[in-house]
Amino acid sequence: MEIGLNHYLVLSTILFAIGLVGVMRRKNLLMLFFATEILLNSVNISFAAISHYYGDLTGQMFAFFVIAIAASEVAVGLGLLVVWHKRHNSIDLDKMSTMRG
Amino acid sequence: MFEAIAFYLFAFLTISMFYITVTTSQALYALTALAAGMIFISAFFFILGADFLGAIQIVVYSGAVMALYAFGMMFFDTTRDVKEKQGNNAIILGLGTMAALLIVAIFSAPIISDNISAFYPMTAGAGNTQEVGMVLFTKYLVPFEVAAVMLLVAMIAGIVLAGKKMDISLTLTEEDEIRAMREEQEKEVS
Repeated sequence: MEIGLNHYLVLSTILFAIGLVGVMRRKNLLMLFFATEILLNSVNISFAAISHYYGDLTGQMFAFFVIAIAASEVAVGLGLLVVWHKRHNSIDLDKMSTMRG
Repeated sequence: MFEAIAFYLFAFLTISMFYITVTTSQALYALTALAAGMIFISAFFFILGADFLGAIQIVVYSGAVMALYAFGMMFFDTTRDVKEKQGNNAIILGLGTMAALLIVAIFSAPIISDNISAFYPMTAGAGNTQEVGMVLFTKYLVPFEVAAVMLLVAMIAGIVLAGKKMDISLTLTEEDEIRAMREEQEKEVS
């Protein structure tokens, strides 16, 4: 049985759905960050697969930039989360509905 | 044959790990499951012949990002659960699947039309790392530099946000103020 491009795209879909469910369901902000990582990774898989099956390196390049963006997102996001936790002693998403400082 | 076995094995492992990450209530379980899932994802990159991307995936995600998360978790009281509001699970699941299917449609639209030609075709006789270097440092040099600047900005932002009293510039304040601040700190310690 030959593994084709569609297999990888379907796998990427499933992982993306898991990540989306995580983003919508969780109220803990740390878990929200985890779900975001899952979303970015599922897209990376499909980039690499398309790059392989078309003999084109552009997909891998985009995957590299996605990884760089994910790393900087984690650094800034965790910094903001630490500041928020110092001030309010909670990382609950529902308590963040007002934008008061 | 071996490719198929490896694909299905790692697909099962990755999906189950990420499922644990999304559903568990313990932050530590979620963190370890996420790290395992990242490593399993790098296996797909190795299967697809993107060796350099797989190595970067292991180094960046399960090295740097996981260490950052573990470090961040020390600040939070993770033993106390955040109350998860239980919404309608069927609606959420349906929405998630629908959105994911939409993504696939977006992806597969140009594939089905079948008029794609390789923009930067792979060079024969060169390893994956060599090819990546050649394309990255010629065609994608400007985005590469922009990404480097972005990482620098993110690093400085992280230090300023998480560090203590980093919003005060020590070079711009007067000597007396700094001395007063230090005495105040010592008073707090003693």
